[in-house]
Amino acid sequence: MSDQSMRSPVVSSALIPAMAPPADVRPGPVSWMKKNLFSTPSSGALTICFVLLAAWLLHHFLSFAIFNAVWSGGHEACRTNSQGACWPFIAEKLDYLRYGAYPVFERWRVDLAQAIGAILIVWLLWTKAPRRKVAALLFFLVYPVAAFVLVRGVAWLHLPVIDTTLWGGLLITLLMSIVGIVFSLPIGVILALGRRSELPFVKTVCVTFIEVVRGVPFITVLFMANFMMPLFVPDYLTPDRLLRPLIAIALFSSAYMAEVVRAGLQAIPKGQYEAAKALGISYFDMMRLIVLPQALTIVIPSIVSTFIGLFKDTTLVAIVGIADFLKAVETARVDPNWAGPTISSTGYLFAGLVYWGFCFGMSRYSQSMERQLARGHKS
Amino acid sequence: MSHLSLPAPSRRSLSLHDTKVRGVLYQLLLAGCLLALALGIGMQTASNMRVRGIPLSFDFWNESAGFDINQTLIPYDALSTYGQAFWVGVVNTLYVSVLAILFATLLGFVIGVARLSPNWIVSKVATAYVELVRNVPLLLQLLFWYNAVLKPLPSPKASIAIPGGIYLNNRGLIIPEIHLHPGAGLVGLAFVAAISCCVAFWFRARSVQRRTGEQLPVLLVSLATLIGFPLVVFLAAGEPVSFVAPQLRGFNFQGGHQLYPEFAALLIGLSVYTGSYIAEIVRGGIQAVPKGQTEAAYALGLAPGKTLRLIVVPQALRIIIPPLTSQYLNLIKNSSLAVFIGYPDLVQIFAGTVLNQTGAAVQVMAITLSVYLVISLATSLAMNACNRHFAIVER
Repeated sequence: MSDQSMRSPVVSSALIPAMAPPADVRPGPVSWMKKNLFSTPSSGALTICFVLLAAWLLHHFLSFAIFNAVWSGGHEACRTNSQGACWPFIAEKLDYLRYGAYPVFERWRVDLAQAIGAILIVWLLWTKAPRRKVAALLFFLVYPVAAFVLVRGVAWLHLPVIDTTLWGGLLITLLMSIVGIVFSLPIGVILALGRRSELPFVKTVCVTFIEVVRGVPFITVLFMANFMMPLFVPDYLTPDRLLRPLIAIALFSSAYMAEVVRAGLQAIPKGQYEAAKALGISYFDMMRLIVLPQALTIVIPSIVSTFIGLFKDTTLVAIVGIADFLKAVETARVDPNWAGPTISSTGYLFAGLVYWGFCFGMSRYSQSMERQLARGHKS
Repeated sequence: MSHLSLPAPSRRSLSLHDTKVRGVLYQLLLAGCLLALALGIGMQTASNMRVRGIPLSFDFWNESAGFDINQTLIPYDALSTYGQAFWVGVVNTLYVSVLAILFATLLGFVIGVARLSPNWIVSKVATAYVELVRNVPLLLQLLFWYNAVLKPLPSPKASIAIPGGIYLNNRGLIIPEIHLHPGAGLVGLAFVAAISCCVAFWFRARSVQRRTGEQLPVLLVSLATLIGFPLVVFLAAGEPVSFVAPQLRGFNFQGGHQLYPEFAALLIGLSVYTGSYIAEIVRGGIQAVPKGQTEAAYALGLAPGKTLRLIVVPQALRIIIPPLTSQYLNLIKNSSLAVFIGYPDLVQIFAGTVLNQTGAAVQVMAITLSVYLVISLATSLAMNACNRHFAIVER
């Protein structure tokens, strides 16, 4: 039986050579486009519309920012060009945008303070770096004092005192952000612990503070700080005009930070608290050694997101007359020497690039941290 | 058995090692500090205000304000009181917030769904939008829309004319004015009647579908009723509503409704900025719905659009609503950035002009903060009710 069928002419004993798959399912650009761009007629129509839209936007952006832009020359060159950006304007104003009216010969102090800050932040954020606790200690305790001494100056170190009215530009924006994060994190932790406390009065006070601050706009908090803080204290204690928004930003962001930390505290299993109590560990040691290290690690991505919000909110300090980076751009773009058709757009484009660079970098870090933490929990 | 009961606990001695005693002590300490702080600040503030001659009463409320406001939805002129100016500010804040919430939600849902589109370029363009808008401060975006887009528009004389009697220039968008003649009320009544009919029909269609599985053409019938019935009444009543196109007289337009550039910039900026956040929330919510739900819907033969509308979005809404609430609250709070571009909202009118004119810093700030707190609270309550409506009904 089997012999016969083997020899039957309809059964081939030779192997049929393998054929290549049809072009539209073969891995390659054609099948990829068919699958991702033209899967249905409506999808194809959408693709064409969106390619045209993206091409149009990109064309306009690139021709404004690069191809039609003025790259060299002075304000005369910009006055005649209404098609492209005016980069010499940014080049001339760059120092003003970075330091404001800070004296030229003392600007190395700002550079130095910013460089130290950058090194400490990289050390703190780079998860594989050694001795990150030292970095945290330096950043949260030593750096604020050192940077203040360096930037403001003290007479006995032969560093002339630079009045805060001269500070401006990116210096202010970074100062506001650093003060915001350095103070909001500890205050936020205290508020979050208070909110989860079993003591009813402590809880009420913390909940009220957090909810009231989170319920009002930042601008009104700045107004409060600016108009009412001088009324709250005796004349000789009246805070400096730069200190008032700094206090406002620290208190405002600590309410938001408190909610972030609270989320972390809630995520810690109850067994951790109970085990610590069973071992007879006191409340403060339990929080310091067991709960907070775990809770703060979980919420690092949220802390970074809050910080991005804080960084963007620093632009609002212009309302109380502080010349932050965006205010410096606003001042620079109305300079009559540089009156030109595209000066405003150039200024806003440059400001947008700077803010976008900072925020996008931070959000990417937050995302990578999130992935890293998710991996840690799976194993 | 009673003789075996445990001895009654001895009277607890007050000891610092007792956590309860320590708790009470800590709280007393905190209360004492807060009280001292409040008293110190209160007395200092009172004496400072006396010295500087700042009033501590609400007498200014009924005084004439003496300044004009360009956009008012309620009657107001320069002779009106500070109290009326306050209400103009509140209404303007709510007006721009409600419209911006509407547009931001629409934009956010479209972009959020687009980010999950199987079409590569659509999802990439949506991602680019979100990454671009979220990472630039709102204030910069508002200034850009106002100073770089709307202000360089041509002057009224060289307005861009849009067919239908609409004009666009650097003083805003001017649209035809609606004139109501006697009988216009009938058209309004017809519209209300049409809406009630649609609602009734929708209920009936639902019960018919539950009983028989037959689907009635709800959308078509509703559209026909909503447009047709008021139109018939409009024609029967002798066209009681007319549109009057704005006319250029001298340097500005006469007649017509004006949409101010400050308002437009704020509306665009808030919608675009919050829309990007809502898009991320919508994307997260839809991704959290298990894929099996979509696959089951496809297996039952539902079209992709209906699957999204009837299966995915209702489940995603449960996840979306709480963070959506906080975005709405953020939008309302962010509307205070109006002060930077001169849109007359609560902060610009009240905490700005009124505070400067009257010097009543404490009262004005207290009222402003309370208004925002009340708005936040009301929005939270409304959205919580909405959330309860969508929550899973546990059986």
